[in-house]
Amino acid sequence: MIGLLVGAPLLGAAVLLCGGRRLDRAGHWLACLLSGASFVIGVLFFLDMLGRSGDDRSLHSHLWSWVPVEGFQADVAFQLDQLSMTFVLLITGVGTLIHIYSVGYMEHDPRRRRFFGYLNLFLAAMLLLVLADNYLLLYVGWEGVGLASYLLIGFWQDKPSAAAAAKKAFLVNRVGDAGLAIAIFLMFTTFGSFAFAPVLSSATDASEGKLTAVGLMLLLAACGKSAQVPLQSWLGDAMEGPTPVSALIHAATMVTAGVYLITRSGAIFNAAPDAQTVVVVVGAVTLLFGAIVGCAKDDIKKALAGSTMSQIGYMILAAGLGPIGYAFAIMHLVTHGFFKAGLFLGAGSVMHGMNDEVNMRHYGGLRKHMPVTFVTFGLGYLAIIGFPGLSGFFSKDQIIEAAFAKGGTQGWILGAVTLLGAAITAYYMTRVMAMTFFGEKRWKPDAEGNEPHPHESPRSMTIPMVVLAFGSVFAGGLFKFNESFVNWLEPVTQFEHGHSPLSATAVTSATVVALVIGVGAAWLQYGRRTVPSVAPRGSLLTRAARRDLLQDDFNHIVLVNGGTYLTRSLVYADNKVVDGAVNGTAATFGGLSGRLRRLQNGFARSYAVSMFGGAAVLIAATLLMRAV
Amino acid sequence: MSFPLLTVTALVPAVGAVATAAVPAAKRTAAKWLALLFSLATLVLAAVVLAGFDPGGDRYQMTESRAWIADFGVRYELGVDGIGAVMIALTALLIPFVIGAGWNDADADEDADGAAGSGAPGGGGPAAGGVKSRWRPTQGFFALILAVEAMVVISFAATDVFLFYIFFEAMLIPMYFLIGGFGDKAHAAGEEEGAKQRSYAAVKFLLYNLAGGLIMLAAVIGLYVASADQLGEGTFSLQQLTQARASGDFSLADNTERLLFLGFFLAFAVKAPLWPLHTWLPNAMGEATAPVAVLITAVVDKVGTFAMLRFCLGLFPGASQWATPVVIVLALISIIYGALLAVGQRDIKRLVAYASISHFGFIVLGIFAMTSQGQGGATLYMVFHGISTAALMLVAGFLISRRGSRLIADYGGVQKVAPVLAGTFLVGGLATLSLPGLAPFISEFLVLAGTFSRYPVAGIVATAGIILAALYVLLLYQRTMTGPVEKPEIRRMPDLKVRELAVVTPLIALLVVLGLFPKPLTQIVNPAVEHTMSDVQKKDPKPQHPVADHGWFDYKPAKHSGGDHE
Amino acid sequence: MSPINYVYLAALLFTIGASGVLVRRNAIVVFMSIELMLNAANLTLVAFSRMHGNLDGQVMAFFVMVVAAAEVVVGLAIIVMLYRSRHSASVDDASLMKL
Repeated sequence: MIGLLVGAPLLGAAVLLCGGRRLDRAGHWLACLLSGASFVIGVLFFLDMLGRSGDDRSLHSHLWSWVPVEGFQADVAFQLDQLSMTFVLLITGVGTLIHIYSVGYMEHDPRRRRFFGYLNLFLAAMLLLVLADNYLLLYVGWEGVGLASYLLIGFWQDKPSAAAAAKKAFLVNRVGDAGLAIAIFLMFTTFGSFAFAPVLSSATDASEGKLTAVGLMLLLAACGKSAQVPLQSWLGDAMEGPTPVSALIHAATMVTAGVYLITRSGAIFNAAPDAQTVVVVVGAVTLLFGAIVGCAKDDIKKALAGSTMSQIGYMILAAGLGPIGYAFAIMHLVTHGFFKAGLFLGAGSVMHGMNDEVNMRHYGGLRKHMPVTFVTFGLGYLAIIGFPGLSGFFSKDQIIEAAFAKGGTQGWILGAVTLLGAAITAYYMTRVMAMTFFGEKRWKPDAEGNEPHPHESPRSMTIPMVVLAFGSVFAGGLFKFNESFVNWLEPVTQFEHGHSPLSATAVTSATVVALVIGVGAAWLQYGRRTVPSVAPRGSLLTRAARRDLLQDDFNHIVLVNGGTYLTRSLVYADNKVVDGAVNGTAATFGGLSGRLRRLQNGFARSYAVSMFGGAAVLIAATLLMRAV
Repeated sequence: MSFPLLTVTALVPAVGAVATAAVPAAKRTAAKWLALLFSLATLVLAAVVLAGFDPGGDRYQMTESRAWIADFGVRYELGVDGIGAVMIALTALLIPFVIGAGWNDADADEDADGAAGSGAPGGGGPAAGGVKSRWRPTQGFFALILAVEAMVVISFAATDVFLFYIFFEAMLIPMYFLIGGFGDKAHAAGEEEGAKQRSYAAVKFLLYNLAGGLIMLAAVIGLYVASADQLGEGTFSLQQLTQARASGDFSLADNTERLLFLGFFLAFAVKAPLWPLHTWLPNAMGEATAPVAVLITAVVDKVGTFAMLRFCLGLFPGASQWATPVVIVLALISIIYGALLAVGQRDIKRLVAYASISHFGFIVLGIFAMTSQGQGGATLYMVFHGISTAALMLVAGFLISRRGSRLIADYGGVQKVAPVLAGTFLVGGLATLSLPGLAPFISEFLVLAGTFSRYPVAGIVATAGIILAALYVLLLYQRTMTGPVEKPEIRRMPDLKVRELAVVTPLIALLVVLGLFPKPLTQIVNPAVEHTMSDVQKKDPKPQHPVADHGWFDYKPAKHSGGDHE
Repeated sequence: MSPINYVYLAALLFTIGASGVLVRRNAIVVFMSIELMLNAANLTLVAFSRMHGNLDGQVMAFFVMVVAAAEVVVGLAIIVMLYRSRHSASVDDASLMKL
C-alpha cells in the first residue's frame, strides 16, 4: 500500500515520458490526477495513523529483496512514521498544488507533457527519499530528486545558461552524494547494515569518532542537497528553471531533504556532539550568507533563492541542536514549504504578467494590476518575516528560543545570529515587496518594443496561491496549538525542552524588535524613495553579495580553471608521456630496423661478400677453437 | 557425456561466421539477417546456459573434458561457474545489438569500393583487398563479429589454461580486421588520413595485446613446467591445479608464483585495460565504428577482467595478495585518470573510451579488494558496464553517423531536433555515471562498499570518481545536446529510426529492470564469488559493531537511541 | 699418395672462382666462376676419396655435378630472361630484391 504513494507519480512519469505525442493534450491532467491520488492516499494513511497511539504509528512494508550479496543486504522496503508522514503530506500536497499551477503557467510551452513527466518523476523520487527504510534506498531517492532537479532546471535546454545551471546543480549535488555514499560505507563497515532500524537503534555502540565521521559525511550530503555553505553555489543558478520548479523543488521540498536526513539520523548526531557543532555552524553561516545574498539580488527569483538558503540554514541549525531542535526544524520546514512555495508562485505569477521579466527594478506598483497575487504574496511575506500570529512567527521563534537554549557562549552566539538573521530576513523581504508591488511603475518596452501589460494570472494559477497563503497564515498556529506538532513528532525525533537563559517572552519581544528594525530599514530605503531602474554601484559588500559573496568566482578560478588546466595537461601528458613511451619504444625498434634494412641493398655481389665473409669468420672461429 | 551445451554455444556463432562469409556478394541483406539469426540462436543457447546453471550446485557446471594434445596434457575442458555463465550471457546478449546497430556500417565501404574500382583505403585491413566481386565487406564485417563472439564464449568457458590462452590470443585476429578495416566514413582529418589512423589504431591494438599475450604464454609454459615438476605429469587444467593446490600436492615457491602471476596479470591488464597500459583503447575505440567499439570495450575487454578473477586469483592466490597494494593503486589511478581525461576529450568516442578506462579501474578495484561485495560487485559491473556502455556508445554512433563527425564541438542543440535520440543518449549517460535506479549503480556501489570495508582510503578516492563521472557525462550532454541549434547540419538531423530504436530500447529496459531486480544475477554470482574468496583464503572484514538483524517491529527509536543517555 | 697438391690446386681454383663471383658483373661470368668453385670442391672430394680408398667422396662429387647441372639449367634460363627484359646481363642491374 505504501508503495502506491511512490508508484502513482512514477507511473505518471513513465507514461508521460515514454508515451509520445499522443499524450500532449491530456498528459498534464493525468499528471495532476496521479499526484492528487498520491496526496489522497497520503491523507488516508494520515487519518489511519491518527487513529493509533503515538508509539504504534509507524508502518512498514517490505517489497522485495533488492541487492542480496554476501554480507550486504539491501531491500526495497518502505517505512511510514510520523516524520515521513509529515513529508509525504507536504510533498504531495504542495506538489499537487504546483502541478495545477503549472497547467496554467506552462500552457504555451510545446514541451509541457515532458515537463509534467519530470514533475511526476520528481514527486516519485522525493517520496522514495522520505519513505525509504534504509540509507541505500534513500540514496536512490536522493539522487533521483537530483536527476529530476537537473532535468527541470535545464528544462529550457536551448538556453545555454539553463543547461549550464542544470549541470552545475547536479555536479555540486554529486559532491554531497559522495558524502552520503561514504556515510553508508562507514555504517556498513561499522554496523554491517545500513537500514534505519538497526543502525539507529545501536548507534551508541560505535565509537564517537566513527559516529562523528558518519555525521560529517551526512552533513556533507545535506549541504549539497540543501544548498548549505560550502556547497550552496548551485541554488541561485537553479532559478533558470521554470518558476513552478523553483517553488516545488528549490524552495518547498527537495532542498529540505538535508534537514530530513539530519533529523532522521538524529540518533547518530546525538551521540556525536562534534558533528552537531559543525552542523550548527554550517546552519548559522548559511543563514547569514543566504540572507546577505538575498539583500543584494535584483532578480526576484534569486532574491527568493537567497532567502530559501537562509531559511534552510535556520532548519539545519535547529536540527544541529539535537532533540531540543529537531521538531522545530521540521516545523519550520513545513511552514516554510507553504510560504516559500507561495512566494515563488507569486513571483511566477508576476513574471507571467510581465513578459518573463525577473528584474525587480523593472517592476513597481504592481499591487493595482494583480491584486490576488499581491495579497497572497503579501501573506507569504508576512509569514516569512515572522509577523506575529502567522506561520513563520511560530516556527522561527521556536528556533531562536532553542538556539539560546543551546546554553553557554554557543547559545548566546547562536541566539544572536538567529536574531540577526530574522532582522535581515525582514529587510530583504520588505525590499522585494516594496520593489515589486509598491512605488511607481518602472517597466519599459523590451527590445522588440512590446510593453508588458501586467495582468492577473488565470484561475489555475491563483487558486494554488490562495491555498498556500492559507497555509502560510494558519499552519504555524495550528502546529503550535497545544504543542500538537511537537507531540506528533516526538516518538520519532524525541523532544527535550530547552532551557533558555532568556524567557520566552524576552525572546519573542527581541524577535519582534528585530523584525521592526529590518522592515523599517528596508522601507526607508526602498519604500519611501524611488528605486533606480539601474542598480547603483553599491558598497563593497553589496557588490560582493551580488556575486554570491564571491563564492562563484572562487569556484570558477580554483575548480573550473584549475580543473580545466589539470585535464588539459593530463590529456597532453597521456599523449606525450604515457603513449609517448609506447610510441617511443616502437620508434626505437623502427629506427633500428631501418638501419639494418640498409644492409639489404639488392646487389647479389654484396650478399656474396657477406656470405664469404661469414664463412671465413666461421672457419677462422673453428680453427681458433681447435688451436686453443 | 551429456549434451555439450557450451561447445554448441560457441559453435553456433562460429558456424554462423562461416555461413555469413559464404553468402554471395550480391546478397548483402541476406548476410545481415543470417548473422542476426545466428547471434539470436546463440543468445537462446546462452539463456539456456544461464537458466540451467544451478547456483547451489558444483562450482563448475556443464563441464566437458576431452583429451586434445595428450602429449602436453592439453585438454579441451569447458565449464562455467556463475561468473562465466553471466559473462557468456552478456556476450550473447550484446552481439545481436552490435549487429543491429552496425546494420549498414559496412555497406558504405562496399559502395566506396565499387566507386573507386579497387583498393579503397582500408588501412592494413581487408578493405585493401580490392575488386568488388571478390571482396564482400558486409559479409566480412558480420562474419568477423560472429567469429569474435565464438572465441569470447570459449574464453569464458575454458577451464584449461592453454585452451583459454589460444582463444584469448586468437580473438585479436578478427578484432584487428574489424578495427582496421571498418571505420567511420567521414573522418575529421579526411579519408586518406582516416585510413592511416585506423591502420595505426589496429596495429597498436594488435601489438599491445600480442605483447601482453606473449608474456602470458611464457607464464603458461612456466606453469606447465612447474606442474610437471610437482605432479609428475604436466597439466593445464584449472580444476586439477586448484585441487592439487588445495590438497597440498602443488605449491609454488613464492618467487615463481609471483613471476607467473605477473605474466598472467600483464596480459589481462593490457586487455582490461589498466593504467598505464591503456593507450591502445582510445585509439581503437575512436577509430573503429561504434558497434566495433562496443565489441571491444563491452565484450572483448571483459575477458581481461574475467581472467583476472578466474586465473590470477584462482591459480596464484598468494601472489595476488602480494600484488594487491600495487594493483589497487593502479586501479585508483585508472579511475581518476580515466575520468579526468574523459573530461578533457574533444572526441565523443574517445571520451567514452576514457570513461571505460575509469570503469575498468572500478572493476579491477573490486576484484582485488578481496571482499564478497567487491568481487560480486565487480562481476555485476562487468555485465552492467557492458550494457550501459553499449547503450551510450551505440547512440553516440547513431549521432555520429548523422553528422559525420566525432568532434563534440560540431554538435549542439541536438535535443531540439531529435529529442528521442537525446533522451536515449541521456539515459545511456546517466547509466554511465551510475545513477541509482539504473543497473550500474548497484555494481558500482558494491565495489565501493567492498573496497571501503577493507581499504577505506582507496574507497574514498574511488568515490571521487563518481563525481568526475557526472562531470564528463553531463559536459558531453551539455555540449552536444543542449543549447540553441546553430549549425545547419544539426537542423536537418533526423530523429532515431525504427531499427535504431529497436537496438536501444531493449538495452535501456534492461538497465532499468536490472537496476531494480538484480537478484537473479546476484544469486548466480554469489556462490562463484564465495569460491574465489576461498581460493584466496580471504574473509570479509567483520563490522566492528554488528547489529542483530532485527526487523522493523522491534525498533522503538525513541526509547533506544542516543539522546536519553546524555 | 699425398693429396696436398690436389688440395692446393683446389684452393687455388676456389679462390679464383670466389674472386670471380665478387668482382665480375657479367652474370655469365659469375656463373662460370660459381661452376669453378663447385669443381674445386669436387676436386677436393675426389682427391680425399682417392686418399681414403673408398668411393664416398666420388659419389658426393657426382651429386654435386648433378646439382650443378640442374642449377645451370635454371640459372641460365633466368639469365636469358633477364637479358631479354633488360638487355643487360649485369648482376648489379638486377637489384630489386630489397626492402
